[in-house]
Amino acid sequence: MVKLIALTPCEGLLPISEGGIAVTEVVMDQLVSVAPFDGKQKATSDALKAQCGAGLPAANRRHGAVTWFGHGTWIVAGDASLDGLAAVTDQSDAWAVVSISGAGVEDVLARLIPVDLRPHVFKTNHVAKTMLGHMSVTITRTGSAAFEVMAMRSMAATMVHELQVAMRGVASRA
Amino acid sequence: MRITCPNCGERDRREFYYQGDALALSRPAPDAGPEAWDDYLHNRDNPAGETRDLWFHEAGCGAWLVVERNTVTHAIHKATLAQKVKR
Repeated sequence: MVKLIALTPCEGLLPISEGGIAVTEVVMDQLVSVAPFDGKQKATSDALKAQCGAGLPAANRRHGAVTWFGHGTWIVAGDASLDGLAAVTDQSDAWAVVSISGAGVEDVLARLIPVDLRPHVFKTNHVAKTMLGHMSVTITRTGSAAFEVMAMRSMAATMVHELQVAMRGVASRA
Repeated sequence: MRITCPNCGERDRREFYYQGDALALSRPAPDAGPEAWDDYLHNRDNPAGETRDLWFHEAGCGAWLVVERNTVTHAIHKATLAQKVKR
């Protein structure tokens, strides 16, 4: 039997750093999307809470391993067993997830993302589904100067390149 | 031009995809007859003024919205989830 070597989405691309801002890969072993059936949102939330310690957060929020992922959809870092409650789809390996952090990280992201990410507006565990350059991403604030950005795996190299150019631009003005 | 998505808040127009008249939500009954179906499929008004359109929050939450706007002033009055619009 052929043994394949697993590569993470950002293998060979990360880590990078420029001007005190660092980008590293967040390796997701398992990701599933959860879309509750009509009228089953509460039951899905309760079942998830029992399984992974976090129910479904409100729109634009993250709660523990569960992140809002669009209209009527959430993404869970881990597994979920929700027969009869929600459509659960394995998305492991489908997403490139990176962490970007450092003082002034908002200035780097402001060059790419058309949403106000300043700390008094966009707080820890706030989530936005929006664009980074021309690509759809999900961005979550994970700390006072730290964000997590999720893009489709096929866009990993583009995302890293966009971030690197923005980081260099900000660093050169310091 | 900015649209206030009921899920995401105020967002730039580039995140949205325009579909067409929100009349598409008012599907006639299967036995409504050829005239009603012809009208539903092919005939649209082209008003200078108030319109009700379907927009897709493509680069955002992925929801379909009914957007009420004015084609003359470019004002956007309201955006509602298509899911919540009475048909």
